[in-house]
Amino acid sequence: MSSPMTPGIAAARLPAEILGENFGDLHAPFTPHEAAVAADRCYFCHDAPCVTACPTNIDIPLFIRQISTGTPEAAGKTIFDQNILGGMCARVCPTEDLCEQACVREMAEGKPVEIGRLQRHATDTLMAKQRHPYDRAPETGKKVAVVGAGPAGLACAHRLAMHGHDVTIYDAEAKAGGLNEFGIAAYKSTDDFAAREVDWLLGIGGITVQTGVRLGEGISLGGLTESYDAVFLGVGLGGVNVLGSAGEDKDGVRNAVDFIKELRQASDLAALPIGRDVVVIGGGMTAVDAAVQSKLLGAQNVTIAYRRGREAMSASTYEQDLAASKGVRLMFNAQPVAIHGNGAVREIELEYTTDDGSGLKGTGETVRLPADQVFKAIGQTLTTDGGLALAGRKIAVTGAGRTSQAGVWAGGDCASGGDDLTVTAVAEGRDAAMDIHATLMGSN
Amino acid sequence: MADLTTNFLGIKSPNPFWLASAPPTDKEYNVRRAFEAGWGGVVWKTLGAEGPPVVNVNGPRYGAIYGADRRLLGLNNIELITDRPLEVNLEEITRVKADYPDRAMIVSIMVPCEEQAWKDILPRVAATGADGIELNFGCPHGMSERGMGAAVGQVPEYIEMVTRWCKQYYDKPVIVKLTPNITDVRKPAAAAMRGGADAVSLINTINSITSVNLDTMSPEPSIDGKGSHGGYCGPAVKPIAMSMVSEIARNPETRGLPISGIGGITTWRDAAEFISLGAGNVQVCTAAMTYGFKIVQEMISGLSQWMDEKGYTSVEEVVGRAVPNVTDWQYLNLNYVAKAKINQDDCIKCGRCYAACEDTSHQAIAMSADRTFSVIDAECVACNLCVDVCPVENCITMEAMQPGEVDPRTGKVVQKEYANWTTHPNNPGAVAAE
Repeated sequence: MSSPMTPGIAAARLPAEILGENFGDLHAPFTPHEAAVAADRCYFCHDAPCVTACPTNIDIPLFIRQISTGTPEAAGKTIFDQNILGGMCARVCPTEDLCEQACVREMAEGKPVEIGRLQRHATDTLMAKQRHPYDRAPETGKKVAVVGAGPAGLACAHRLAMHGHDVTIYDAEAKAGGLNEFGIAAYKSTDDFAAREVDWLLGIGGITVQTGVRLGEGISLGGLTESYDAVFLGVGLGGVNVLGSAGEDKDGVRNAVDFIKELRQASDLAALPIGRDVVVIGGGMTAVDAAVQSKLLGAQNVTIAYRRGREAMSASTYEQDLAASKGVRLMFNAQPVAIHGNGAVREIELEYTTDDGSGLKGTGETVRLPADQVFKAIGQTLTTDGGLALAGRKIAVTGAGRTSQAGVWAGGDCASGGDDLTVTAVAEGRDAAMDIHATLMGSN
Repeated sequence: MADLTTNFLGIKSPNPFWLASAPPTDKEYNVRRAFEAGWGGVVWKTLGAEGPPVVNVNGPRYGAIYGADRRLLGLNNIELITDRPLEVNLEEITRVKADYPDRAMIVSIMVPCEEQAWKDILPRVAATGADGIELNFGCPHGMSERGMGAAVGQVPEYIEMVTRWCKQYYDKPVIVKLTPNITDVRKPAAAAMRGGADAVSLINTINSITSVNLDTMSPEPSIDGKGSHGGYCGPAVKPIAMSMVSEIARNPETRGLPISGIGGITTWRDAAEFISLGAGNVQVCTAAMTYGFKIVQEMISGLSQWMDEKGYTSVEEVVGRAVPNVTDWQYLNLNYVAKAKINQDDCIKCGRCYAACEDTSHQAIAMSADRTFSVIDAECVACNLCVDVCPVENCITMEAMQPGEVDPRTGKVVQKEYANWTTHPNNPGAVAAE
């Protein structure tokens, strides 16, 4: 058995029971009593700011009132009406930047109503209790292809199926779920929740999922538009940005998303090797997820190195604090310039940066950190655009996800506009579905 | 620190906080603990006549109403008078009074409406050394069905008759406890006064069903699937109790009759309000049953602090201070004009004032795109609903307009002179102002 001090990259740095604890629920579900106390704090605001702040516009005061009056199932329905992935969003939404930031009690007392955890209470209750809570409208005979079984694709497919359309989802991976299944920290989706949620969602009927099928390999956008009445692309961002530093090809240097994916799919966390010294490059949620999980696996020293200052970090203050509380070192204004090592990485060399208003510049001063592993989390890129017009580095969309090609919609991280969040993807998938429905039924 | 010593009917107690006749005062153990905690006096739980004691139900005795965070706002009970032998209670009262001579010890009594029954029990109560008695003419459940409690309290003639017997056979103060389950509380109070009562205490509990179990369709508290109305008390009944206290305090027929105020008193502030409306002291039950005897410490410190701040040196100085300001609606000044004002620094932008005003009142609050809420003076009738629903205390206030200003709602100049409905031109029965 190895320990956090074991040099190099090693598996089983921590005993199995500690790993079990480390990767348990980040926020334990509310007990009914806790939910009642938390729900009582809601003021039932008029035109509530929390609803405005929610990308899917869940009627938060209504669902909290339904919890407080003893009907969490009705609360769950209120949530799912707007956001069919409300269960996952309750776990992964950066609520501190969305609904809970907008909560008037955040303004009043610095302590918002715990909307995320209440949402989980409601959605868990309903999902545990009932068959799928929606019925399909009579079949329309229309067929829609959805590419990508992530949050955008699933939300789109569900809404379309609900309106009676026949949906086929294609996904390149072996499992549906997208980033919910492969891309977020394990402690945010315990007990195989992502997969259970997909199964539950598919309970609506009318949706066929074909996994292991990648756009451009076996299916093409042209082929899909011929075979289906409409196509929705929710393909996400399949590529990863490169550092462009010398030594990037050394062993031990890898993409953070690949590490997270491997961890999420691991059946035995103790078998997962991790470095004693881990450096994560980046400043977003992926960087935090990779760094915290490295620490939880037993890495002795984990550093997030971000080239700009703390204020520019896209990971929320809450996420930064979470990382710090787990023992991750946050290093700001440091950009990688070289990765050293003989075959495998041993050190990473970082250059300090400064920004005097004319753009980020290296100061010329460098520092070396020991590193058995370097995880790159400096953003993902679109790899599949189907030949559609782009806006910046994403598929250009207008209105409810309409692309440059008639009959093709797009949403989620691959489409322009909106934050790269699960909840935003759900909103875009849902809204595109409504637009597709209106178009197919001739009411547009 | 203000001296809270209270002299009520010649009965001295270190503070005006007495425990009401109820479960907390049913036995020596509790009452000693209460005195140790600092209560000024107790009214011992109601004694019945000699003989086999009453029996209580063996299931739930209480039902409740809650506010946010399960804060108990109202409690009802179906407990009867003491179910312990008379002799045991009398012995305990004697012992406790002897050990706590500086505290008020009042004995609550309820025996049948027969002169002999009262003649029998009163000397025995007198022998305990207790400072006075309280006649339980208020209990609304169980005992009333046997011709006692509220069944007496609802018939002024019976009140007068029994009170007279008590004054005849007992030489210490007699307090008559009134039931609120009547239409005009002034009638039983006047009857008690005619019978020679030294004071009235009110209110006893209100007929109530606190909830219905929607699975079993039984009212709660449920005894084997059936429920019975119980007596309602706690913070929820305070407004009803204060109104009744004030009616007796300002009724010419009963003016000056000492009152022991009861009904939802939970904090020093509640107590001060009752006292200002004419109560010479107060009795507490539900608050103690909810939080324990220790709450009296907050009541004592709070009342003292407030009295110091206001310059009052005795409780007596406060008694009845608000009574002259309790009037009938027709005498309210119709020339007084106020407008709601929202303090933007305190506003947390919940919008409850807007929802309340827009949906249910006078459409007098405007909401901007950035959620700034402001009062439209031209629509505001100063109804106070926005103040009442605002979660932040004093964020919205009612500001009086000054004479000479023009009320933008009516276009009329605010008059300095007082004018009420009795002289208003819209009143068909108006009398000319003199």
